[in-house]
Amino acid sequence: MALLQINELKKSFGGIQALGGVEFHIDEGEIVSVIGPNGAGKTSFFNVISGMFVPDGGEILFDGEEISGLEPSAITTLGIARTFQNVRLFANMSILENVMVAQHCRTSRGLISAILRTAAFKEEEREIEERARDILGFFGTRLVGYRFDQPAFALSYANRRRLEIARAMATQPRLLLLDEPVAGMNPKETAELTGLISRLRDERGFTVVVIEHDMRVVRDVSDRVVVLDHGVKIAEGSYEEVSTNDDVIEAYLGRPAEETQ
Amino acid sequence: MPTVFDRRAGLRWGWIAGLALVFIAAIGMLETFDERLILSPVLSMGFLMLLWPVSVMGFQASAVEVREGTDPPRHGLGSVLTGALVGGTAATMLAVFTWVLATFDLRFAFINLSPALLQILTFSREPMWLGATVMFGLVVLLGAVGGAVHLAPAGMRKRGFIVVASVIVVALFERVFTQILRQIRAEDVFDNVFGRSLINLVFDEGGLTWGVALLIAGVAFWLSGRKSKGRVQNMTNRLTSSDRAERTRWSLIYAAGVLVAVAVAPVLLGSLLSEILANVGLFLLMGLGLNIVVGLAGLLDLGYVAFFAVGAYTVGLLTSSQFGFEWSWWAALPVALVASAIAGLLVGIPVIRMRGDYLAIVTLGFGEIVRILFLSDWLKPAFGGAQGIINISPIDLGFTEVSGISPQSVLYFAAGFVAVAAWVSWAVQSSRVGRAWTAIREDESVAEVMGIDTVRAKLSAFVVGAILAGAGGALFAAKVGSIFPTSFRLLVSIIVLVIVIVGGMGSIRGVVVGAVVLIGVLGGPTAPGLLLEFADFKLLVVGALLIFMMLIRPEGLLPSVRRSRELHHTELTQDAWLDKAGEAADDASEVPG
Repeated sequence: MALLQINELKKSFGGIQALGGVEFHIDEGEIVSVIGPNGAGKTSFFNVISGMFVPDGGEILFDGEEISGLEPSAITTLGIARTFQNVRLFANMSILENVMVAQHCRTSRGLISAILRTAAFKEEEREIEERARDILGFFGTRLVGYRFDQPAFALSYANRRRLEIARAMATQPRLLLLDEPVAGMNPKETAELTGLISRLRDERGFTVVVIEHDMRVVRDVSDRVVVLDHGVKIAEGSYEEVSTNDDVIEAYLGRPAEETQ
Repeated sequence: MPTVFDRRAGLRWGWIAGLALVFIAAIGMLETFDERLILSPVLSMGFLMLLWPVSVMGFQASAVEVREGTDPPRHGLGSVLTGALVGGTAATMLAVFTWVLATFDLRFAFINLSPALLQILTFSREPMWLGATVMFGLVVLLGAVGGAVHLAPAGMRKRGFIVVASVIVVALFERVFTQILRQIRAEDVFDNVFGRSLINLVFDEGGLTWGVALLIAGVAFWLSGRKSKGRVQNMTNRLTSSDRAERTRWSLIYAAGVLVAVAVAPVLLGSLLSEILANVGLFLLMGLGLNIVVGLAGLLDLGYVAFFAVGAYTVGLLTSSQFGFEWSWWAALPVALVASAIAGLLVGIPVIRMRGDYLAIVTLGFGEIVRILFLSDWLKPAFGGAQGIINISPIDLGFTEVSGISPQSVLYFAAGFVAVAAWVSWAVQSSRVGRAWTAIREDESVAEVMGIDTVRAKLSAFVVGAILAGAGGALFAAKVGSIFPTSFRLLVSIIVLVIVIVGGMGSIRGVVVGAVVLIGVLGGPTAPGLLLEFADFKLLVVGALLIFMMLIRPEGLLPSVRRSRELHHTELTQDAWLDKAGEAADDASEVPG
């Protein structure tokens, strides 16, 4: 059974159809890329899965369970985490706090134990911090040491993107949705992050969906590529299959002039 | 050498200074404050209020902007002249005002434009034009002095400021000093030994005598010259030290210091000052609660007083003889806390999904609804309507009773409550739920996506805030002994919010400072503060303070680190960007993977 199975997913905003019946599935342990020209509906696709938008129709089955219409926090608790294309960190919280706060749905100590500073509370706080350090350690030396206590806005652009991924990892998901993880990075940083995406699956066991414009990244990380255009899936398959598909080339480059007439 | 005489700045600031002078005179501040001497017998608080704007604006007008890559213009005669121009402009406006005052009787509309005011503005001299001319000259001179301050070296300027400020502060808080002198029997001892009154030697009609003023100035001058730089920094460093043991040790030492101060204060301060401090404690309790709601969770609640009212009314209802329950305060307290928590939930559930301005407006409405319910004839059998609840029993401690009759006991009690509230604030701030609140304040949608049940988290902030306000209300009921709906006006919500804003949102220390400054010095919505004279102008000063803070220091007096980061985001980001030159070099040398 697929980890995530999406059937006939629809979402429109006023007269604009962002998603017009998307079919999608991903198995446990896969890395699937979602590509498509600007405005194809990729980010709307993520927004609907993560619960920020309620779909107009269709079903989203996560591990066989219908999740459309649930609160975003409930969906995250079930095991889907995401990053944002336009980095949305908690800018004034420290790097460590950003990762600690994301463990909210995996921890349970409430206000009373915090006020009484019970042993269980202290133990849980210690665990939260330890896990946060461990997750940040995943990115090598980039986000550790003196950086722990720096506010997130003090980070460089590439590091903010890394922290976004760390924060999503901290919710302990089964499925990670990465929205343009290398956008705006230089070639060296891109290469580094490409390796990281593979490691997310190989070392940490996440199933990953990536939205990406950088075709080298798509080629290097994907088991399978799904192409969206105008809110519908126009192609699916391996990178090689998709990159030679006529519909895909047309979606990106447009039709040759003689045919349009 | 570039000239620094700046005609435009002089006129602009002069115009503002003139407006300030006329305004202060016209609203009656000058007349009211003239009774109170600062320096006996020449300088009254009225004149101080009238004259400081001119000096400050003279100083401002002649300040020069230092631009990168250019030689900054040097200060000289030009600065003094700019200051004098500020003074001249302001003095002209004041002179016109004086002339209007002398010629027309405008009291039918402006009740403060009285002959007494005219006398003050002309130094009660005859002929009137002579006094007015002296006043004109004085204002010009003060403007020039403001400009001339730039000529002094920076260190001297600072010391001069400290000297002037200390003399003024001692004179302003004359009541505190005389009270302490009386309370520690220094007055009696001095009287016995020298046969004279010590207080009369130091203060004359509330103003410092010359000799003592000079003495204070001397001491301040000497102290300000000593190397004190970094001492405060050291103290805070200890509290934020990375060494946990050291941090704990110093926290304990400072806490012990505060404890001793609180234990001794009521004894030294006597009833009147204890009463003021007890009020500070009450508002501090509410401030800490609202700080959780607004400062940590970012929910702008303008109806906060409702929870204070619920706490007070619950205690009133259960302990007063009026309704026949006559519980003890201790039994009523838990009920009051639960009642305010429930009120927090009831108000919270319908409104919590709203954001920002909408939440503020709706909570404002709820606050009024609660007050009007308590006031209504419909619920009169339960809450006494406009007549309120009287005969609320004091807090029985076994050996003594805590009530408004003995402000000292209330002060001790309030201090205990505040300590608990401060602990709660601190403990929740650095916990799982506290982090969730911060995340919600930063970006609610993202917090939701990161797995935080925002509705639940926001409700819990609302409820914790409500409980703290309810505790304040319970204490308030026992303190005053009778409660009326008028005690729970919107103004209380606003004042508590101003305490949080002025002190620094999200910062416990900030709320303490805010409460001391606003309630202690200026006075609460009804209770007087240390500066009794300000009673009529309290709201004006609070408003002015709020505007000033928003313009100059939006993060508050003692902000939390995070809050000041937020508001100075751009500058820090720029710094970070500049630092990045070095960082990029580091990154390049790292081997990826």
